[in-house]
Amino acid sequence: MSLSPTPSQTVGPFYGYALPFPDGENVAPAGHPEMITVHGVVHDGAGAPVPDALLEFWQPGVDGSRRGVAGSLRRDPVTGGFLGRNGLDFTGFGRVATDADGHYTLRTLPPVGVGYLSVTVFARGLMRQLHTRAYLREQTDIAADPLLSSLAPGRQATLLTTREQDKIHRFDIRLQEDGVHEETVFLEFP
Amino acid sequence: MPLTQADISAEISQAREAYLKAVAAGDPVRDHPARDYAPYRSSVLRHPKQPLVSVGDPEAVELSGPVFGVTDVTALDHDLTRQHVGEPHGERITVTGRVLDRAGRPVRGQLVEIWQANASGRYAHQRDDHAAPLDPNFTGVGRCLTNDDGEYQFVTIKPGAYPWRNHVNAWRPAHIHFSLFGTAFTQRLVTQMYFPGDPLLPYDPIVQSVTDDAARQRLVATYDHGLSRPEWSLGYRWDIVLDGPAATWIEEGR
Ligand SMILES: [Fe+2]
Repeated sequence: MSLSPTPSQTVGPFYGYALPFPDGENVAPAGHPEMITVHGVVHDGAGAPVPDALLEFWQPGVDGSRRGVAGSLRRDPVTGGFLGRNGLDFTGFGRVATDADGHYTLRTLPPVGVGYLSVTVFARGLMRQLHTRAYLREQTDIAADPLLSSLAPGRQATLLTTREQDKIHRFDIRLQEDGVHEETVFLEFP
Repeated sequence: MPLTQADISAEISQAREAYLKAVAAGDPVRDHPARDYAPYRSSVLRHPKQPLVSVGDPEAVELSGPVFGVTDVTALDHDLTRQHVGEPHGERITVTGRVLDRAGRPVRGQLVEIWQANASGRYAHQRDDHAAPLDPNFTGVGRCLTNDDGEYQFVTIKPGAYPWRNHVNAWRPAHIHFSLFGTAFTQRLVTQMYFPGDPLLPYDPIVQSVTDDAARQRLVATYDHGLSRPEWSLGYRWDIVLDGPAATWIEEGR
């Protein structure tokens, strides 16, 4: 049996009071000594920052498991508000909206077993999400990775983070080439 | 010259005819909107021009996905009419359905999130400047987990249509935004549910971005009189099928 899928529709401009949640960007337990920061700007085809993009991140657990752990958007049954993450569990899931400058910041742990964080991008004007990957340069063997090694160097670079300082990595996303910068490589999974 | 509805409607029918022609010539049916759908003007600078790169790796992390549990929702989250001291204005409705994968298997225990305008067509969002009243008793955000049959249910009010600035006299048909997770990150779906018989559907470039007629119809809920409750609410049914890779990653015991 193969059912026809429900079509995607744009996330639109007004998801901001519904989808982001406190600690969405704080995937690493607070104060974890191995915490890394991944941050960057989402740009459109004119090179302008995209102030209303929503990014989601997914990565294996601390033991390399891909089962996931619940509790990303822990709620308070007393007030109906948010409690924030419990400070212990690593759920592997992050969600962060870009700010007015198109900038996002994610705090997480280095991925286990792979070199990359899985990333999806939603935005007003984007009819369906885009999948990409943020490969941490220092834990990636480019030649051994079938995806990276299949790409021309300029395209390949769009999937690699740039180390700014110890444990701080830059990862910009370009939804469309702007005449100067390479467009980010986006992925599909057959 | 400002863009008129006639301009946009002409572009909508051109895109639909080009799609029908391509399918007749042997192109595959397209279930999702093309990302470069120009009648929705915001798409123009926000779609990649390069083709997507196919990842066939059976170990890809994207073939697994995040999970959610009872701590991620509260019992009241599915009822958008009970989140304030008073009751919201509008027509009380229930929206229910099943979330399935393409093999017809229920998607169990996964997070469903919705958001919507109030009965007057106004979002509780600071950037929504539509001159329609806010409703102090309605925020318009809901969440639930699917049950073992993949079912979700929300109690809410029917949202109003609202104007937007894609072109002159552009109006969005009434809709509820949905966000869904499957067992794989690649199954992630953000979409919008519409109401049957809405006269605005043919004019809206967001609905019409789905150029396949059968696929577009799948965005429209069914009015189900059996789900209506006497002297209380009207019932709508909307089943959702998540797209995704042919082989989704499944771990023992999940
Ligand atoms: Fe909307």
